[in-house]
Amino acid sequence: MSLPSLFAQLLNGLASASALFLVAAGLTLIFGVTRIVNFAHGSLYMLGAYVAYSLVDALPRGPLGFWGGVIAAPFVVAAVGALIEAFVLKRIYAAPELLQLAATFGIVLIVRDAALALWGAEDLLGPRAPGFAGAFDVFGRAIPAYDLLLLVVGPLVLVALWWLLNRTRFGVLIRAATENRVLAGALGIDERRLFTGVFALGSLLAGLAGALQLPREPANLGMDLAIIAEAFVVTVVGGLGSIPGAFLAALLIGLTKALCVVLGTVDVGGIAIAFPKLTLVVEFVVMAVVLALKPHGLLGTPPAALPTTPIAEFRALVIPPGRASAAGAALAIAGAALLPFTGDEYRAVLATDILVLALFTASLQFLMGTGGIASFGHAAYFGLGAYAAALAVKHGWPMAGALAISPLVALGGAIVFGWFCVRLSGVYLAMLTLAFAQIVWSIAFQWDSVTGGSNGVVGVWPAEALADKRVYYWFVLALVVPALVALTWFASAPFGYSLRASRDSALRAEAIGIDARRMQWQAFAIAGALAGLAGGLYAFSKGSISPDTLAIPRSVDALVMVLLGGLNALAGPVIGAASFIWLQDALARVTDYWRAVLGIAILFIVLVFPMGIGGGMQVLLRRGRRRP
Amino acid sequence: MNGTSDVLAVARLRKAFDGVDALVDVSFTVAAGELVALIGPNGAGKTTCFNLVNGQLAPDAGTVSLGGERIDGLPPRAIARKGVGRTFQVAATFASMTVRENVQLALLARQGAHRSVAARATERERVAADALLAQVRMTRFADQGCATLAYGDAKRVELALALAGRPRLLLMDEPTAGMSPNSRNRLMQLAADLAREQRIAVLFTEHDMDVVFGHADRVIVLDRGRIIAEGRPEAIRANREVRAVYLGEDEPV
Repeated sequence: MSLPSLFAQLLNGLASASALFLVAAGLTLIFGVTRIVNFAHGSLYMLGAYVAYSLVDALPRGPLGFWGGVIAAPFVVAAVGALIEAFVLKRIYAAPELLQLAATFGIVLIVRDAALALWGAEDLLGPRAPGFAGAFDVFGRAIPAYDLLLLVVGPLVLVALWWLLNRTRFGVLIRAATENRVLAGALGIDERRLFTGVFALGSLLAGLAGALQLPREPANLGMDLAIIAEAFVVTVVGGLGSIPGAFLAALLIGLTKALCVVLGTVDVGGIAIAFPKLTLVVEFVVMAVVLALKPHGLLGTPPAALPTTPIAEFRALVIPPGRASAAGAALAIAGAALLPFTGDEYRAVLATDILVLALFTASLQFLMGTGGIASFGHAAYFGLGAYAAALAVKHGWPMAGALAISPLVALGGAIVFGWFCVRLSGVYLAMLTLAFAQIVWSIAFQWDSVTGGSNGVVGVWPAEALADKRVYYWFVLALVVPALVALTWFASAPFGYSLRASRDSALRAEAIGIDARRMQWQAFAIAGALAGLAGGLYAFSKGSISPDTLAIPRSVDALVMVLLGGLNALAGPVIGAASFIWLQDALARVTDYWRAVLGIAILFIVLVFPMGIGGGMQVLLRRGRRRP
Repeated sequence: MNGTSDVLAVARLRKAFDGVDALVDVSFTVAAGELVALIGPNGAGKTTCFNLVNGQLAPDAGTVSLGGERIDGLPPRAIARKGVGRTFQVAATFASMTVRENVQLALLARQGAHRSVAARATERERVAADALLAQVRMTRFADQGCATLAYGDAKRVELALALAGRPRLLLMDEPTAGMSPNSRNRLMQLAADLAREQRIAVLFTEHDMDVVFGHADRVIVLDRGRIIAEGRPEAIRANREVRAVYLGEDEPV
């Protein structure tokens, strides 16, 4: 490694850190005041790039047109952000985290399809920045002038935000609301206007980051989720709500990444470690280390202002399944067993998908509902199971062995990751689960020689006897039903009650002799293993797997299915998975914009039907029973 | 107090936070069937003392013994299993369960069966749970969800949860905080009767002096981390120093 190359990489790392800081600063600002984890923040960033492209394109060529477009675009994005806040978020500030997250993900889907409709699927490369198109020669290395510009923008925005927060009335209100929302409200601060203002400001920063990115990267439809995971990491590492923290974290991560590139392949104790390949993983490793040492991030404080009472659903009385539920379940199983006789092979394939996803969803519902642990990265365990099965087959294992190992590998992952996760709580815990999922994803994506990289593994077909789609469906049914019954059984046994007790009041659980953290860890392990089994079954049903199997959208799918079914309803996972698959299948046939329709459906459920389809049916049934 | 019937013995307990002494050389005992009140102005060290006995904090020096066995430094759940029940300043129950299920779970935890998957939780320890609910006069609320209870009733459930562990020592942190004067005395009388009947040692903190002087057998007064007085309620009531630092008065009432 030479000094000039080190320097060049450092500058590059700092330039990326700058852009990342802009996005993270907006995210942390919004979280600090509204307590909403805004998944759609990446969409606003993407929108910034697209709007800037159109404006630059429409304005006359030259510096004025370019910079005019880049500067105007964030304001358009801020207006979009204010609209989103006023029409959606305003209604869900008091809702449980899961619903808020689902709603913002619904917005992600809608914005994605809106961008597709407006700008098309092609990547749009913007012009070079006038005046910054060249490169400087630093120690014999060419450093793009534009990188140097970005380098300056980050600290400038930090200073501007500092000024805004400390020297203006708006800033004082923001700081007051960040510190203690209830007190700020009691002092007569108009929350509604403040929240809209903060959301618009956060959107402005995201839009600015997106617009500034245009000369470096073409505007594309993958920008939203690509940046959001990184922005989450920066926000959490810095401490939620802390802007200087976000700046420090962005620097830390930018520099660590640069260092990885500079280090190259290093021989450590006989094993060659290719550090440049670790760049996708390294930020998540940084996050795991920081959170293990400082559970509230670098500059974060314990969330004193967060409500300590459990979310509304967790205060509702859970009624254990009785005879009627058992009879209903038996009827449903009988119906499911007869299903392949009714339609074509395609119906069996769809039904298999539903069963597999129902198991995946049930494992998450157990963790989130009974355990009270919000996992935003449940795809990790699904993916570990799927990859374990696929790789076992690739290495000549028989199907039985491959399927047996899938829950075991996922169990191992859940035991290791869960140990860290149960030491945190709330949003930090959720973000750590996301980080672990991204680590697993990065490994699957980058470790070509073992995982097949972005192509994944193909040729994962079931044994001869199960080759027929209908037979495979029955096979899956025979495994999924006992697994679902077992989960229900666990939940109504003392184990489930102790787990629920740890969720309702960890303090009280400890006082009667229950080790709350250990209960949660065991729940993590159980949920991970069953998600792994679902992953294994999925691999054999599709015949191939790719890193998409464990990417963020799959984790969110699981959350959406839990939401569709309801957090507490027994039949929730099955209803959630069935309606999700049906919706996707039916929509994909009639429109190219099925994502947007799904997003609107999610918003509808969050705003109108917050207990999910399963939960809503439960309420109706109970009402019906009470009548004479 | 003679040493043999002492359930709780605290000796030369010391705890500092960031160099500030919260508790200095505190020693006292509580005997079986005895109700001891720990009082003092805010910041006197009552809660620190409680958390040291309960295991939420570990002492810098000194010992906490339960029936002659050292328990200082153990985690709360281990201390709970050794027979220390606790109620909290803000009643803590399991909101998603019925009153009976709360008690059933506490009974299961006492037996170490709380991780079992052998049978439904609702079918276990029903009789014992109902007996405990009868003791705290909560039988008619057995099937109600804990989230919907009146505050005083939630405090009774807490008492049942603590008793479910068949405690030798019961710690009550401001047991009557947030209750009306009438229900205060009823709850305290119930706790006192049950404790004396079952020979449970009780240590409680309390701000309401009527409750303290009406129910405690002995009162310990803390000020700035030190015990400044200890004795029978009447004696404490008459103590000049206590009046000065705690009751904030110079003249007898």
